[in-house]
Amino acid sequence: MPEAGGGNVWGALGELSTPAELLRAARGLREAGYARVDAHSPFPVHGLERALGLARSPVPWFVLVLGLGGAAAGMALQWWVSVEAYPLVISGKPFFSWPAFVPIMFECGVLGGALGAIFGFLAMARLPRHHHPLFESQRFERMSDDRFFLSVEAEDPLFDREGTLALLRRLGAGHVELIELPEPVEGPAAPTGSAEGA
Amino acid sequence: MAHARERPLIDPREVSLPEGHPLARLSLVAAAVGAVVLAAAWGLGGTRFYASYLTAYVYFLTLGLGGLVFVLMQLVTRAGWSVAVRRLAEHVTGTLPLFLVLFVPIAVGLADLYPWVGGVAGDGHDALLAHKQPWLNAGSFYVRAVLYLVIWGGLGWWLRRESVRQDGLAGPRAVAITRRLQIVSAPGLVVYGVTVTLASFDFVMSLDPHWYSTIFGVYIFSGAMVGILALVVLLAVALELGRGPLAGLVTAEHYHDLGKLLFGFVVFWAYIAFSQFMLIWYGNIPEETVWFAERLEHGWRPVTLALALGHFALPFFYLLGRDVKRHRVALAAGAVWLLVFHYVDLYWLVMPSVVEGFSPHWLDLATLVGVGGLFAGALGRLVSRPALVPVADPRLPESLSFENV
Repeated sequence: MPEAGGGNVWGALGELSTPAELLRAARGLREAGYARVDAHSPFPVHGLERALGLARSPVPWFVLVLGLGGAAAGMALQWWVSVEAYPLVISGKPFFSWPAFVPIMFECGVLGGALGAIFGFLAMARLPRHHHPLFESQRFERMSDDRFFLSVEAEDPLFDREGTLALLRRLGAGHVELIELPEPVEGPAAPTGSAEGA
Repeated sequence: MAHARERPLIDPREVSLPEGHPLARLSLVAAAVGAVVLAAAWGLGGTRFYASYLTAYVYFLTLGLGGLVFVLMQLVTRAGWSVAVRRLAEHVTGTLPLFLVLFVPIAVGLADLYPWVGGVAGDGHDALLAHKQPWLNAGSFYVRAVLYLVIWGGLGWWLRRESVRQDGLAGPRAVAITRRLQIVSAPGLVVYGVTVTLASFDFVMSLDPHWYSTIFGVYIFSGAMVGILALVVLLAVALELGRGPLAGLVTAEHYHDLGKLLFGFVVFWAYIAFSQFMLIWYGNIPEETVWFAERLEHGWRPVTLALALGHFALPFFYLLGRDVKRHRVALAAGAVWLLVFHYVDLYWLVMPSVVEGFSPHWLDLATLVGVGGLFAGALGRLVSRPALVPVADPRLPESLSFENV
């Protein structure tokens, strides 16, 4: 059993060995009322979002707004160039020849939508970040190989060191552990170490 | 490939229409009404009949052809998700032989439809038609049309028959049928691409024989895909609602994927339609622009705008979100809308080349009811007999447990 010490606990981690166990345990955690739960798997597991009770991602809205914005900006740019800044008669057509502008408007819309998808996702996933408390766990490395994990954050109102670990065990986790927050590093003039002997 | 089962996953009788289902009886009524209305329209209609008839004929033909290419694509990609709805498309494909019979009025009215009939080339007035005469003449048109229709009808009928035959088999013999269907589907797609492209030139594009567009075949194909996806959604909903035989088999996951494809082909149709328009507009060559000029004058401009809105802009935003695609009634409403606009699309392709100005006629409705009644009758008969799901398909379990990520 890991020594919880007096340090700050980030949360609890439970290890499962199959996707089916992961789904069952995730459902169990949700039924117990936990909300700040996440699952970690080497590959997408069907039905996991539902088992965890995750809310719908807001990323599609980023895509919609930036896609439409990109299309509008693309058309506006071409209008400004062709009508305001540098009007040229091209094959006898009006300055604002919108059919000719549609392909570039379309591509700008695609670009905006793609950027919305990437940066919307990064923002919602709070990425990039250099470290995560879960990386403190040695066993967690296997989540990119052949193991499945459920984590419960300590910020969950139901979180209780012993209780949460026991529940994870009851839900089938073969190994459970508490994840401690790494000691904060407070800049170059760090205070003299006190963790060592504690 | 999933391993071979000793017996079908589902009893075929459980997923068939029960005896005396209203749909089966309705289809008989539809066929009778269709035949009577069509005969009356042909008898009373005069030459205007042929223009309306061609529109209705091509409309329902593209639904059958959409079904054919949908089935071929599912087979060639070894698709798992679509097995639960593939039989519905196979039934639609099974109606294709009907169009060989329904070709008769077009063959009779050829001279009233196509300006290239009857040796315009002979007197030397029209160099372009003279140049095209080896291709565009009545004799070779009949040969080609019958050839297309026999190929489509034969391939469609065979695909459906083999798939239905599989229902009674199990184990390796069922798997062997899936393999054979897959092997035929790859060259089948090539034959499909060539015949549909040429047929779209012959049946529709040559109504205005001076005009040409090399993308025209793709345009017809894109409309056919929109049509068949909408029709499969409608059939699935009709056979699933109210504890129908497909209840519990066709799920929100299947609707979601059908909806995604429908959305995709709405965009694809617009992409092709605009590509055709923009190049001709930009090139600004009179023998090309005349085709669009006809469709922007004489009352056709509102139809063109309605098509851009109703066949693209509105369904684009309607089908964009996830919720509509996963809600069967909402998706079915979109499907009905798109089936209406698929007809508007074909009306817009055919009529301005044949009839002076935008002038709707009772014959348009009569031929739609006539051909539609016969099509619905044939479809109803095909749907009402064998299982509505390929019960022995080795990928059926995959389809039934399929979920969108």
